[in-house]
Amino acid sequence: MSRKNKSVLQVIGMYAFIGAIILAILYPLLWTIGLSLNPGTSLYASSMIPDNFSFVHYKWLFFDPASDYLLWYKNTLIVAVITSISAVVFVTLIAYAFSRYHFIGKKNGLYTFLILQMFPVLMSMVALYILLNMVGLLDTLTGLILIYIGGAIPMNVFLVKGYFDTIPKELDEAAKMDGAGHFRIFFTIMLPLAKPILAVVALFNFMTPFMDFILPSIILRSPEKFTLALGLFNFINEQFGNNFTRFAAGAVLIAVPIAAVFLFLQRYLISGLTSGATKG
Amino acid sequence: MVQHKINPKVVALLSVIPGFGQLYNRRFLKGISFFIIFIAFITFFYQFLNIGYWGLFTLGEIPKLDDSRVLLAQGIISLIITSIAVTFYILNLRDAHKDAVKIQKGIMPKSFRENFNDGWDKGFPYMLVGPGLFILIFVVVFPLLFMVFLAFTDYNLFNSPPKYLLNWVGFENFISLVAVPIWRSTFVSVFSWTIIWTLVATTLQIALALILAIFVHDSRIKFKKLIRTLLILPWAVPAFVTILIFAALFNNDFGAINNDILIPFFGEAIPWMTDPFWAKVAIIGIQIWVGFPFVFVIFTGILQSISKDMYEAADIDGATSWQKFRKITFPHVMFATAPILIMQYAGNFNNFNIIYLFNQGGPAVRGENAGGTDILISWVYNLTFEAQNYNMAAAISIIIGLVIAAFAFFQFRRTSSYKEEM
Repeated sequence: MSRKNKSVLQVIGMYAFIGAIILAILYPLLWTIGLSLNPGTSLYASSMIPDNFSFVHYKWLFFDPASDYLLWYKNTLIVAVITSISAVVFVTLIAYAFSRYHFIGKKNGLYTFLILQMFPVLMSMVALYILLNMVGLLDTLTGLILIYIGGAIPMNVFLVKGYFDTIPKELDEAAKMDGAGHFRIFFTIMLPLAKPILAVVALFNFMTPFMDFILPSIILRSPEKFTLALGLFNFINEQFGNNFTRFAAGAVLIAVPIAAVFLFLQRYLISGLTSGATKG
Repeated sequence: MVQHKINPKVVALLSVIPGFGQLYNRRFLKGISFFIIFIAFITFFYQFLNIGYWGLFTLGEIPKLDDSRVLLAQGIISLIITSIAVTFYILNLRDAHKDAVKIQKGIMPKSFRENFNDGWDKGFPYMLVGPGLFILIFVVVFPLLFMVFLAFTDYNLFNSPPKYLLNWVGFENFISLVAVPIWRSTFVSVFSWTIIWTLVATTLQIALALILAIFVHDSRIKFKKLIRTLLILPWAVPAFVTILIFAALFNNDFGAINNDILIPFFGEAIPWMTDPFWAKVAIIGIQIWVGFPFVFVIFTGILQSISKDMYEAADIDGATSWQKFRKITFPHVMFATAPILIMQYAGNFNNFNIIYLFNQGGPAVRGENAGGTDILISWVYNLTFEAQNYNMAAAISIIIGLVIAAFAFFQFRRTSSYKEEM
């Protein structure tokens, strides 16, 4: 076989493989979208390409009095906004200290963070459940927010510290010579330069409540406090096949905006992640 | 000013009561403020710490009146407060001693004002770290400690406060995990499936990511950007949505995989949900789908950073593509991404979402108290929220922690080579 033929075969093989994978990726996603447009609610009677398209489930989610969807959306937004802002504040302050100052316990602190980020908050769920119950924060959004913030600190501090380290120290030293105080340097020099990574941290923590199922399922009990993920799961958990088209509509409404934001920002996300992570 | 004689050792000894050493150093304001803080600490926390330590040792003495859980929590908080206080105490001793040595050498101690500025400079990083650390301690560290202590108590459905008191039982929970038949058989099968799951699912997901990254990177492939965007889609869609969708697709009775693919083409349905083996296969497949894009993206970044010279040199030497892959691409990519890959293994080891959302760890297995696809973390979840077997759940959590510590150890060794950068 000539070299050229071999190359053509290779390229065809590669396209075939990539094509197969893309098919496997798109099939479940398109299936869900198709299903959400079926008029009936039962999974059994629905098909990927419905005979008559209908937005009845989307309407139901928003306008039916029996639907808590908007309430869940509101809860999730509250949690997401507060978590995102607080996480950015705490994380940048700590990362700034770790990047620019020498203090007792700095090195051990970094190692501790490195280990803590491998221990999911989930591991102590027994304790979290009992403790939140004791202090009366079980079944409250406050409890959920607190745990999100605490859990976000170790990993994000690493990301932000890595980014701060790339900002030349000469900049803040020059400012110090000009008589700028600690806070001034922080607010006028570090923060503006670190905007990209702060955006990443804010976005990550904003998205977590939309995507996380497990923590809300431990903490939240009453339906009017559910976040989206938990509410949608309970939709189908009760009778699996019977609400599936409704679930599909709700899922599409979460997945589409998140995927859009994600794909839109992918370049920043990726560069932020790889620069922080590959350096160790 | 008359220089009075000062012996650093005396100063350090005097500082056993905080502030006195500083007073002897003639640092009156500092000494008085240290002393006031010390007294305030004692009066404020004495009662709390007293009950805390009593509670930690006894876990309460009168059923219904003493709540062992509260006492245990107070005990742990007392431990945390004590360790913080001890740190400050040692700093106080050091401070007095350092000042005394300076005075002895004839260096005038700085004025309070100078000291204040100094303290502001030195204290600033602590102020930055403080608030975050506080949250971290109470939201992450404190529950972890509480969980560790729980593993040595007898807290379960039948012995739960405030009606009953908890007792310290030593290693009994760990012993019953290997000695009581039902626990042992469950533990062995869950643990081995957790290991298999971690290794197989993660390795396959990395392998697929590597193959795709190399294919898409190939200069003969067109539409790279479009292909990459499509391949990232599974990462962009929230995982809980995808997993639930797959749970419907794999459903035995009305799932599309059985009805639209297997029955029409092969004439046979597979019991994905009810047969442990097939459920495991399905879960591994789903995890590959969900997990490969992240690794793919990282690999793509690394591939683009490998210089072309190496490949050109290899071409001149007449290397085959397989040789180029084995000698250049593979080592390069693996070395650069080792920490991320370790994190992937650690993440899958605790990948609760996929196990629970697919079919709650099911199907049930006869003679065991965990489902056929339960991994350690989802077993802990069931023990906590369904069986309320808190003590066993905590004991198993500790075992999870030990395994994670092993992952962390590898991560450490990687990181220590970058020590200077920290």
